[in-house]
Amino acid sequence: MHKTVTLNEESAPAVDLAKCRAILLKYNSATSADLIPVLQQIQDAYGYLPQNTLEEITARTRIPLSKIYGVVTFYSQFSLEPRGKHTIKVCTGTACHIKGAPEIKKKITEVLQVDERQTTQDYKFTYEPVACLGTCFLAPVMMINDRYYGKLTVEKTETILKSY
Amino acid sequence: MEKLKNPDDLIKYRKSLESEHRPDMVRICICTTGCRALGAEEVCRAFRAEIEKQSLAGKIEIVDTGCQGLCARAPVLTIEPMGIFYGRVTETDVPEIISRTILKGEIIERLCYAEAGKRTPYTRDIPFYSKQKKIVLKNCGNIDPKNISEYILKEGYLAFSKVLSGMTQDQVINEMKNSGLRGRGGAGFPTGNKWEFVKKAQGDIKYLICNGDEGDPGAFMDRAVLEGDPHSVIEGMLIGAYAIGSRKGIVYVRAEYPIAVEHLKIAIKQAKSLGLLGDNILGSNFSFDLDIKMGAGAFVCGEETALIASIEGKRGMPRPRPPFPATSGLWGKPTNINNVETFANVPIIFLKGSAWYKAIGTESSKGTKIFALAGNVKNTGLVEVPMGTSLREIVFDIGGGVPGRKKFKAAQMGGPSGGCVPAQHLDLPIDYETVKEVGAIMGSGGLIVMDDSTSMVDIARYFMEFCQDESCGKCVPCRIGTKRMLDILTRITKGQGKKEDIDLLKELAEVTKMASLCGLGQTAANPVISTIRYYLNEYEELINKKGVQPLPQQSPATQSPCCA
Repeated sequence: MHKTVTLNEESAPAVDLAKCRAILLKYNSATSADLIPVLQQIQDAYGYLPQNTLEEITARTRIPLSKIYGVVTFYSQFSLEPRGKHTIKVCTGTACHIKGAPEIKKKITEVLQVDERQTTQDYKFTYEPVACLGTCFLAPVMMINDRYYGKLTVEKTETILKSY
Repeated sequence: MEKLKNPDDLIKYRKSLESEHRPDMVRICICTTGCRALGAEEVCRAFRAEIEKQSLAGKIEIVDTGCQGLCARAPVLTIEPMGIFYGRVTETDVPEIISRTILKGEIIERLCYAEAGKRTPYTRDIPFYSKQKKIVLKNCGNIDPKNISEYILKEGYLAFSKVLSGMTQDQVINEMKNSGLRGRGGAGFPTGNKWEFVKKAQGDIKYLICNGDEGDPGAFMDRAVLEGDPHSVIEGMLIGAYAIGSRKGIVYVRAEYPIAVEHLKIAIKQAKSLGLLGDNILGSNFSFDLDIKMGAGAFVCGEETALIASIEGKRGMPRPRPPFPATSGLWGKPTNINNVETFANVPIIFLKGSAWYKAIGTESSKGTKIFALAGNVKNTGLVEVPMGTSLREIVFDIGGGVPGRKKFKAAQMGGPSGGCVPAQHLDLPIDYETVKEVGAIMGSGGLIVMDDSTSMVDIARYFMEFCQDESCGKCVPCRIGTKRMLDILTRITKGQGKKEDIDLLKELAEVTKMASLCGLGQTAANPVISTIRYYLNEYEELINKKGVQPLPQQSPATQSPCCA
């Protein structure tokens, strides 16, 4: 939570709105209850929430842009910036914590040269720690895209990252 | 599937399914939810390919199930009717399992559960299973959650059909009150009373919400129930909806649980096509529809007013209560919110009666509780025991104790809102009240075992960091209180602590607890209070020593092979 986000005209290129419009078409008379599902689908389609898609939601639903922005910045799932090709989710749950997750996190930062919740310059990886993946028996564990990597060691983590 | 038009149809349907049942068929149940992370799907594929290759389709059935509990041995499978349990199965083991175990009846030793050098091939003999009492998890791991027929074969929807055809709303509520079931989400409020409030509330529409926003780090029982037995939750919701007079239900699930969402969607679709959800269910004038809402990653949304705000499409921030959701909840209408595990308890109460249910557990806490056992414990996994079971039984008899030469130090219960229970309370019978007395909470049932290499100040700091990060920022005591406590704890762990820090922490903890708006802030200091209570010496040591104190970190590579 409490993401620092900058909406910068130059770094936020407009995207083709076709996919966004198709999603909005499914909601004939979208109400505010549909906002989060709409945002989730747009993020699925584009990988993030481009600024002009948010403006399109406002135009179609009359939900104020300020309100949309408030929702987007509240939930950790949403991103206003393009994300990397691969998402690394490192579990920071209690079981992982006592089994060495802090060391794993340090290693990832060191190998990728990015901080938590950042994307590498080449847009290959987005690195985000998550509260718990619910797979405590694999602790310490991370997920890259949909794949789990469990019982991590610092060395194993480096090898895995380099295999991408 | 044809719609069932009345309760008799349901019985007939189950009978027809029973008549198709082939007792000579070998059933291999493979966990493909939690165990998926370690290659369970590949194992399934290998089995199916081998069965085809050896033309055994009429003899062996492969069932994709939910969690079987003993996650430490993943990927796991059970072979029925023999009752054999195999763990750490890989694709390459598959031909041997078929040729030796299934065709010749031989046991493959290396795949069996082992403790103290002794191999145990049968589920019933493994202490991890034999000491549990599975009520809520009875189907989990035994049935295919994507097939409603398997649930119906296990007397599924029978409780609901009984309620629908023979009980009034008040009778249902009374039965719930009689059973003594208390909310499994953490606070332990009596479910029957909650239902009564909503039933009595005035409103043209009433909502029923299932809280599946399992956010506590280290808790994964709701995930397992939704993935492994989604119909039990739907049936529990149907009974609840009937009791309070709701036509509209919502299941709010965490975004991090894609398999749970997938299985729920399938379950809802199948229940609809059988006429168990929708209009005029089983020919009655009761109608109920169910939707899924996915969370977007915010721990505070487990709090009921924040959850409602999130469903309404707003920032998930809590609001002061009263008014309680029971009178003014979703869209200002009376709303009943129960947790996943709570709903999953409901069908069996009506199937076996509240008297039967009440006989399980302790004076104040009835029934069973599911714990997610993790951390420095041998048998990591999902455990269901009667309320009143001691921590020692859970950690040592079921969990197999602490691996390696390490000693048990504490069990963290209740996640960021809970506390650490030290070794001196190992024989405490666990229920809502006793856990509270020793400074933890039942919470959703996360139980993290910590060995003597764990720094308790670091654990307090860890949870405070979590709460601070997840604080929504609406109320000052939580927003600033958690931040200041985190600053102090970080300072202490870095060896820069001051003498007065402990008193300051206690004071901040008290204020944050008393003045915060919702449960998150009110309980955020619990891990600090409980670690100061039992491990004050560790705080003092760090403060007195000064200089940077390296945190004890254990490398997973140095752990015993049984947990590696």
